[in-house]
Amino acid sequence: MAQPVSSNGKYVLEVKNLSVFYGDFEAVTNVNLNIERNKITAIIGPSGCGKSTLLRALNRMNELVPGTGVSGEVLFNGQNLYASHVDPVEVRYRIGMVFQKPNPFPKSIYENIAWGARIHGYKGNMDELVEFSLRQAALWEEVKDKLDQSGLALSGGQQQRLCIARALAVQPQVILMDEPASSLDPLATLKIEELMHELKKNYTIVIVTHNMQQAARASDYTAMMMLNGGETRSGTMIEFNQTSIIFTRPKDKRTEGYVTGRFG
Amino acid sequence: MNRKPVFQFKDNLASRNRSGLTWRLVFQASTIVGILALTALLFNILNQTFGYTAYEARVDPDSLALNGVSLEEQTKAQLIQVLQTRISSGAFNKLEKDKPFAERSRQEVYDLIYDRVVKYKAVAIWPLWDSLMRPAEIKQTVAQDFPTAKLGFVSWISADFLRRQQSSDPVLAGVRTALLGSLWTIAITILAAFPLGVGAAIYLEEYASDNWLNRLIRTNINNLAGVPSIIYGILGLAIFVRTLEKVTSGALFGFVDPTTANGRTILSAGLTLALLVLPLIIINAQEAIRAVPVSLRRASYGLGATKWQTVWAHVLPNALPGILTGAILAISRAIGETAPLVVIGASTYITFDPNSPFSKFTTLPIQIYQWTSRPQDEFRFLAAAAILVLLALLLSLNAVAVLLRNRFSRRW
Repeated sequence: MAQPVSSNGKYVLEVKNLSVFYGDFEAVTNVNLNIERNKITAIIGPSGCGKSTLLRALNRMNELVPGTGVSGEVLFNGQNLYASHVDPVEVRYRIGMVFQKPNPFPKSIYENIAWGARIHGYKGNMDELVEFSLRQAALWEEVKDKLDQSGLALSGGQQQRLCIARALAVQPQVILMDEPASSLDPLATLKIEELMHELKKNYTIVIVTHNMQQAARASDYTAMMMLNGGETRSGTMIEFNQTSIIFTRPKDKRTEGYVTGRFG
Repeated sequence: MNRKPVFQFKDNLASRNRSGLTWRLVFQASTIVGILALTALLFNILNQTFGYTAYEARVDPDSLALNGVSLEEQTKAQLIQVLQTRISSGAFNKLEKDKPFAERSRQEVYDLIYDRVVKYKAVAIWPLWDSLMRPAEIKQTVAQDFPTAKLGFVSWISADFLRRQQSSDPVLAGVRTALLGSLWTIAITILAAFPLGVGAAIYLEEYASDNWLNRLIRTNINNLAGVPSIIYGILGLAIFVRTLEKVTSGALFGFVDPTTANGRTILSAGLTLALLVLPLIIINAQEAIRAVPVSLRRASYGLGATKWQTVWAHVLPNALPGILTGAILAISRAIGETAPLVVIGASTYITFDPNSPFSKFTTLPIQIYQWTSRPQDEFRFLAAAAILVLLALLLSLNAVAVLLRNRFSRRW
């Protein structure tokens, strides 16, 4: 990727008229969204409305599914991620991802962290980087004595924090989280939320969640998505605002219905 | 009137349990039949590998003592002297021409004496079952019918059997040439088929797009796995033996084996068997690669790894146990193949060790086939012993692959 046009601008990501297709099916229609630096932006909405699809379009992970396509632009520090000269590998390096189900590599805890750094040519002190990443993910104290054990031997919540630490180790600017706590118990969920709060000092976080309270508690901004109700059953963003406004006085009736639990 | 209809169920738990039990017995029976068949096979082989043998010597080895030194204790020079006095000078000169005596080891000369002078001959053989069940009767028969013969309980499979070369005399014949031939051939097969097969599987699973051409290729690979092996033999004959003769005979590399003037070499055999097992390896590797969870690939791509980094660091290590399972199947198939090797011209009778990929060769299945087709009884016993050697070779090669697999499938 070329030099960032404005790496200190207010918005890290600017989504402009973005539509995402699976073959002929338009899954997400015409989304416009600005992601502010060092803030947590939540994407909420009912199942199947294209939240995860939109999220994956932000670091071109959607391209792993054959037949996907996009129209519109996603500007990352002013640079269009979908420009022809941009390598998706580079995009995913700058914009990391944490998935719904914890998916540590079947390797040691240490290797889970170190591998990403190594493939990007990190030549410094690996022990230091591993400790730093695990500390950032609030996992260090729990695993510091068993770094050579399998990442899969940890509990679900620990695994998810390991995955976050793994993403942090390659020093991305943005971390995309796709329902990171949906398979975790309330206590582990709380830990992840506290962690997100810590992380936003250094990173920008975009999180997809089904959990309304989680969005209300943890995020600064909220984007509400919904199927557009037309023939095509395509998802689109119907409202975007500060989280406090979305949850207290939303402009859209559908948003109000959803966040108050009347439907969705 | 809107009365709720009555849905009647029959109490059939007993009959459901009965049918479950019936199926269980059916499956148990098929397992038992399988085990019985295997036991019968093993019994049949073992039955012909051990047993009483009555044998006569044309010249009693004790009479070959030189100045009171028995045959076993004679030096090589003394042995040569014995040989020279006992066989015609023409025969001796021919041996000298085949391989100068200066180059032969003492053991070889010793074997030659037994081969040419003593000439043990089995006059009667009993299989293991008879030998165990009625030894007294056998001893009596031998004493009556073959008063000059010695009776001994013989194991046809022995260290000597492994060490000795092919011989027209069953008492002296061994499988060394065939065993070495099999090892050479299988080594070349693995070296050629494993990387090619795994490479093709990686390409087809990870890189090839899903279009009609690739689908056609995939379907055809599956079909190739079912092609009769003799067809591969004909293919190997046309490609490796004839078209690529310069390569497979070693002429291209300035390697000229005086005993081979053509491409009927170990290299041709190994490559033909590699073609034969390639579809097997590809299919199994594809299955194994496909079984690697997509979440793992996502995790890797999500870190900004390239396709190759993902394949190398995550897909392959996790697919390796499955890939090795395919390799085990391939080895098992290749090591027992006879038909394609007959077609490409394996020798049935050679007495020198293969020493390079460009050597003439024979393999264990060919040797077994050749022995079973001989009219003399003794050779059937040799064939049974060779089958045991083949089985042992197969099991040990597979054991190595299984060990490797277990090592790599150590789950974190």
